Amino acid sequence: MILNAIVTTNLTKRYDNLVAVDNLNLSVKHGELFSLLGVNGAGKTTAIKMLSCLLRPTAGDATLLGDSITEKPQEVKQKINISPQETAVAGNLTVIENLELIASLYGQTKESARQSALDMAVHFGLENMLKKKTKLLSGGMQRRLSIAMALITNPQILFLDEPTLGLDVLARRELWASIRALKGKVTIILTTHYLEEAEALSDRVGIMAKGKLMAVGTVSELTNQTGTTNLEDAFIVLNGGAL
Amino acid sequence: MRMFLFAKRNTKEILRDPINLFFGLGFPLVLLVLLSVINANIPAEANNPMFEINNLAPGLAMFGTAFMALFAGMLIAKDRTTSFLTRLFASPMKSSDFLLGYTMPLIIISAAQATITFIASLICGLHITAYILLAIFISTITSLFFIGLGLLSGTLFSDKAVGGICGALVTNLAGWLSGVFIPLDLIGGGFKTFCKVFPFYHSVEAIKSALVGDFAGIFPHLGVTLAYSLVIFVVAIFIFKQKMRGKE
Repeated sequence: MILNAIVTTNLTKRYDNLVAVDNLNLSVKHGELFSLLGVNGAGKTTAIKMLSCLLRPTAGDATLLGDSITEKPQEVKQKINISPQETAVAGNLTVIENLELIASLYGQTKESARQSALDMAVHFGLENMLKKKTKLLSGGMQRRLSIAMALITNPQILFLDEPTLGLDVLARRELWASIRALKGKVTIILTTHYLEEAEALSDRVGIMAKGKLMAVGTVSELTNQTGTTNLEDAFIVLNGGAL
Repeated sequence: MRMFLFAKRNTKEILRDPINLFFGLGFPLVLLVLLSVINANIPAEANNPMFEINNLAPGLAMFGTAFMALFAGMLIAKDRTTSFLTRLFASPMKSSDFLLGYTMPLIIISAAQATITFIASLICGLHITAYILLAIFISTITSLFFIGLGLLSGTLFSDKAVGGICGALVTNLAGWLSGVFIPLDLIGGGFKTFCKVFPFYHSVEAIKSALVGDFAGIFPHLGVTLAYSLVIFVVAIFIFKQKMRGKE
């Protein structure tokens, strides 16, 4: 078995004169929840887009479960899934139709897709709104559905891009519990602006600034490295800010 | 398989929107009734047959399919802006699954819409002939131009911009430059020559010819519309594939 689920080697994305991601070298273990932090424009989303085969790197490569994102994107796509920054649901379809659609697109039979959809709906507390059009759901429920749609395909690697953006405190905590339940089973890359979220959920954290990976480690390793007492202060120091 | 799953989803997404149903199916019917009433009040000495049902039905069959540009454009633009398309781009779907999945439902809806328009025209006085089936078929083929235009607009612009371009601009151009709303033969001259540059006039003429079984009259006009459709599809497919590869 391959030890690391994700290995990036000098992964780079340039747009004309702008280097969005600059020689990213990173390894993420199987079942690990790795948070990628950074201010706006740090390169987090670009990195995730490259890893999920949505964006072709300008240079470098990454292997996901042994397959290269540049040479075998179709193989990579079968094993991963993504919950984008926006809720990314089909508004005029019902909850169960959204879930069944995604399951079927990844090759599940009609019966299997139906069963998976029901299981996911129960797991994410959506079972009482199966026939409801998703555009009528609250923001929190749409987020839950978005993550359920990402998980219904049984991905080995899951990308969660700002999964709790715009949620109230209660909805956020509920979603944290769902994400925690996945730890150890699915390799998760999480981007977030909420540092307490990264602190609460992550096994390890990577901090990006101006396209570069400035530091990687557990929360305590990062605070020790920067001589600070919490992740927020460590984040500010690593971004060149003043405490 | 994925293509059909996606096509099914797109069909539901379009048909479950009441605004789409009104503009796609209801609006051409409202115009049919309205223009038929106007025609009944035009004096014979005016010598203006443009709203006679034999001319009106093909015109409105073409005009109705102009809304396919709006349907296609809005659907794709919304899929982009809500990141639903990002989710699907990360799936094992191929570009052909997307393009055919978006196109197939709109071809079927075009055929259904043309059928409804001609059935309503029968009520308004159109004589029933087997050529009506041919006219429906030609209307469906001419709708490819609008479907391609919608694919292109939805790939390039936001849903608000698509609403303006495909909902207002394209439908107005289709109405005014095709001779559906104004008598091109009476105006003639430079304006008619100008209208002939665009595919709208040719689409209507092809459908008119089909309706009377004039096969020789169909193909020169259909050829112009198909040439436009081909160009717009090639451009739309090229740009869509670029977007799929993450190129802005």
